[in-house]
Amino acid sequence: MTDVRPPVADWATDFDHQHPDYAANATEIWDELRDGCPIAHTDRYGGAWFPTRHEDIAAISKDVVHFSSQGVVVTEERPDIPAPMGYAPPITSDPPFHAIARGIMLKFFSPKAIDAWEPIVRETCRRRIADIRAMIDAGETTIDIAAHYSQHIPVSVMADMLDLPREDGDVFRGFIHDIMEQAGEEKPYEESMDFYLDTHVAARRNSLGDDLMSFLCQADIEGMPLLDEHVRGTIGLLIIAGIDTTWSAIGAGLWHMAQSPADRARWTDDPDVQPFALEEVLRFYAPVTMARLIAEDIELSGCTMKAGDWALLPFPSANRDPEAFDQAGEFVIDRARNRHAAFGLGIHRCVGSNLARLELRVAMEEWMAAFPEFELADPDAVTWSTGQVRGPRQLPVRFPS
Amino acid sequence: MKIKYDRSACQGHNRCYMLAPELFDTDDEGYAILLVEGDVPAELEEKARLAADNCPEFAIEIED
Repeated sequence: MTDVRPPVADWATDFDHQHPDYAANATEIWDELRDGCPIAHTDRYGGAWFPTRHEDIAAISKDVVHFSSQGVVVTEERPDIPAPMGYAPPITSDPPFHAIARGIMLKFFSPKAIDAWEPIVRETCRRRIADIRAMIDAGETTIDIAAHYSQHIPVSVMADMLDLPREDGDVFRGFIHDIMEQAGEEKPYEESMDFYLDTHVAARRNSLGDDLMSFLCQADIEGMPLLDEHVRGTIGLLIIAGIDTTWSAIGAGLWHMAQSPADRARWTDDPDVQPFALEEVLRFYAPVTMARLIAEDIELSGCTMKAGDWALLPFPSANRDPEAFDQAGEFVIDRARNRHAAFGLGIHRCVGSNLARLELRVAMEEWMAAFPEFELADPDAVTWSTGQVRGPRQLPVRFPS
Repeated sequence: MKIKYDRSACQGHNRCYMLAPELFDTDDEGYAILLVEGDVPAELEEKARLAADNCPEFAIEIED
């Protein structure tokens, strides 16, 4: 579907974030629109808006009255909404239910709760690095580290967190592809993520442990257990939003390092810069573009947005706005003032941000310690995903012999 | 130097706690807790500025 989309004549009036040209040129498109438009529109997807300035993106993120979260992935059809939670609470929930659904998750994902996962994340990274060393020892000179490193880390950690088989990683990736990159194309129930999760949740209710799925099965709202749809929706959210995104951030960080000998040297020689470097990766290569459904007509920066239209929230474009950041278009490894919006703004701040940061940090630490020198095997062979999560999907690198 | 922290603007991004754990803790839901009342000790002033300058929600202000 994505390769037969009509060509985009003008990004300001006909943008299409699922078009291959967008994947290839997103940063240039954001910069051009920000200087000119700055809120693009398209009749595709039944009508959608695409703000590019930090100010407008922040305003929409924080206006939960006019901009509903009941749709967060842009599709041709409007979502069929199980009120009040939406199909993946809390990301698809609006106030007041949102705070209840989010509160259940926050304790599991708080900074201190997530710290406990560091040894598991580190062991996961080291296992993948050992596999890559074995490939090198076997004579392979070019290795796709999106396929063999970055994507495995969040898949494996999420499987451990939910106590699902790590081997199901390929199944997770299929669901992510169906929902994020083929948004709107229905699959039969038996092949869907809903079926997979319904099956596992039903079994888990009879064999509870201390994993996140068991935690959700036992959570309650004012004494009432969560509905099956709530448990399923939240776990689906963790798989869809927790894997693709982190895979993208780790991949983008490695893509950057592969091309910058100066930043590689700085990372290794000056460990104090690493926390700032990681936040700069998140600013400069923020993977996530969120979306809202417009609930009530609203005028914003001269645009009349109609109820039922989509509004996209390209946080990576906000992060490159010169009005909000000095040297916005440059990767500054020791940037000290960095109010980036990689995890969103307002009440829907990514609930898994502490986990995502942990995975990004440990993945970069372990990679750079194992392979301080590496480079792109072929810059033209790097491909970027289309749609609302942006990151390298093929990242072949080689190592000095 | 004093720190003004607006709990109602905090969304739990956790930047302040990462950058300045001497000045900010987090509660069990991940929202920030300001640890100092009154003047910021001189040796922590730079960290206080970092915490303010990196809050995506502008929930932290520095008063010199």
